[in-house]
Amino acid sequence: MEKTIKQWLSRMKQQLGNKVRSMEQNSAQETVMLVEKTELPDVCYFLWHEKKGRLFTMVGNDERDIHGFFALYYVFSFDSFRHFITVKTLIDPLDPTFPSVAVQLPAANWYEREVKDLLGLRPQGHPDPRPLILHGDWPEDLHPLRKDFPLDRHAPRVQSREAFMPYDSEDVTEIPVGPIHAGIIEPGHFRFGAVGDTILHLDARLFFTHRGLEKASEGMPLEKALFLAERTCGVCALSHSTAFAQAVERLGEVTIPPRAAYLRTLFLELERLYNHIGDVGNVCAGFGFAVGVSQGARLKETLQQLNERVAGHRYLRGVVRLGGVRIDITEREKEEIAQTLAYVKKEFQELVDLLFSHDIAMNRMATTGVLSLEHANQLEVVGVAARASGRSVDIRRDQPYAAYDQVSFHVPVYEVGDVLSRVRIRVDEVLESIAIIEQLLHSLPSGDTFTPLPPLPPYRSAMGWCESPRGETVHWLMVGPDQTIYRYRIRSATYSNWPAVPLAVKGNIVPDFPLINKSFELCYACCDR
Amino acid sequence: MKSEKEQTADLRWTLQKRMKEVLGRSLHIRHVDSGSCNGCDFEMNTLTNPIYDIQRFGVDFVASPRHADMLMVTGGVTRHLEEALIKTYNAASEPKMVVAIGACACGGGIFGRTYANYGGVDQIVPVYVYVPGCPPRPEAIIEGILLALKRYEQLSRNKGEKMH
Ligand code: SF4
Repeated sequence: MEKTIKQWLSRMKQQLGNKVRSMEQNSAQETVMLVEKTELPDVCYFLWHEKKGRLFTMVGNDERDIHGFFALYYVFSFDSFRHFITVKTLIDPLDPTFPSVAVQLPAANWYEREVKDLLGLRPQGHPDPRPLILHGDWPEDLHPLRKDFPLDRHAPRVQSREAFMPYDSEDVTEIPVGPIHAGIIEPGHFRFGAVGDTILHLDARLFFTHRGLEKASEGMPLEKALFLAERTCGVCALSHSTAFAQAVERLGEVTIPPRAAYLRTLFLELERLYNHIGDVGNVCAGFGFAVGVSQGARLKETLQQLNERVAGHRYLRGVVRLGGVRIDITEREKEEIAQTLAYVKKEFQELVDLLFSHDIAMNRMATTGVLSLEHANQLEVVGVAARASGRSVDIRRDQPYAAYDQVSFHVPVYEVGDVLSRVRIRVDEVLESIAIIEQLLHSLPSGDTFTPLPPLPPYRSAMGWCESPRGETVHWLMVGPDQTIYRYRIRSATYSNWPAVPLAVKGNIVPDFPLINKSFELCYACCDR
Repeated sequence: MKSEKEQTADLRWTLQKRMKEVLGRSLHIRHVDSGSCNGCDFEMNTLTNPIYDIQRFGVDFVASPRHADMLMVTGGVTRHLEEALIKTYNAASEPKMVVAIGACACGGGIFGRTYANYGGVDQIVPVYVYVPGCPPRPEAIIEGILLALKRYEQLSRNKGEKMH
């Protein structure tokens, strides 16, 4: 494999010729190509379009106090090689612009708007110049992720630069919804352009829960930042803490003990389980199927109580420590997990049979909110939504971590891309998760539960990733010389998937929006940070 | 000692009893996510699941602040949600019992004060009761409701005394 990767990389270097200034290994799994910013779009497009790399994440960084420049990192994942290629470019502070990659590579859209807002690096020719992370009343010339911007500085509110899609026709009704919604849901502002009942266009203003997490992490000791990482999101808490810990461990070139890897995998699947089962129940609320809602909520509660008994926290916070896990399980707890899962499996099957044999439920779910494979690929959609549209990505299988290479599991894929497919994926994955946990419980190795960390190399980057219940989550980390965080960037599944929602709702009726939205089950907190 | 189940059951019966005593009617709550990590929100949601099911005691989460006796706020108030929180607070009817749910709402939590976060609900609107936890367990949220009722009872008694 290593040889083929070397050959593959050197072929690529030849093909790109002098577009690439230098190429070096950042780690066994990651190669960094340094390019001039003018070559950025070509090289990225080549990696994405010709070489079929997936845009994994993109990070902007203020490295002026290291070498005088800003830096951009476009990371591509090559799943078949289990390798990453990062395209890096340096940007002169005197000319903080770069040619937009998003023109050719739609999935880069949000990332580039984000570096514009937070770092003041302007993508030239970008198809959507509106503000994204910071709302329109934030002063245009203040960029909080620059190192010279103090963490707690409150900027004055200015005249808003925000704009929504203008409709010139009287036939189009604009329906504004949110940011505060009728139920207990996360905030977002949606603007439907509707003709009668049919949605013509959905515009959204998001990032309401932007708390400045990444900025707050800078200068934080890693142990404390772990707490911050797992508070990125409530229901993906463990996925985030795992991804962060992995980034730290990769930087320190530490391998965690097998028992710790198994335990992480076990708890990660417990996290997927309570989410997926709760989500299947929640989708039922989209068509008023109260039995389904209650059953889903009850089983979710059963699983969360199991979490609390075994790990000490209903949302599995505190399970991970840097270098391993903090929670070990006893024989009795193994037994308890097995028993609870056997019960949940039976009850869940009943719920699923009921749901899938209900004509009205099936009618509402089938053909509603279709996301095409083409759109899913263009936008680099991940997780449940990707797999429901025929896009087979699952980072547990594609770039295995923890103990995922020690268990066998099947990654379900459906083709249609409607609400029903997304529900089916969750149903199948629930059964897979239970099967994974059974395997782990059978073969749980004995031994230590953590490895101590060495001092970490400053100003080098590393990534950690995790298939959260909503899809792939990537944490990109750079540590400073004092062993605190220099830059930390979280790219959650929702960040990749939200841009697909407006495409999936197009042509559907407004009353189906809540259903479609629920079937994507995006969480804003980890998107907004 | 009572089992966990029995303790939870007790708590719910106390809630029902106290609501009758203090309010003489049901209690309507409006939720405001002012920038939480959604952990607190999900624990609030839990209160309506078949295990806790506080709706059967007459406590409900309502869609409009105008129908609400109580606001439950999660999150430390982001810059982007400040306006929404203030508007909701203004729209709520008296006595505007604001219950801050979770470490973030109580004092900013681990995020604290940043360029995008005020670091606590009481930076923006007056808070009636603080419920700590990250997130607080469903029982703790019920306890928070009870404390708010107590506070309401005391305040209205004081008011009553002054009036006589
Ligand atoms: S208190 Fe904890 S659970 Fe609640 S919003 Fe804050 S971080 Fe999330």
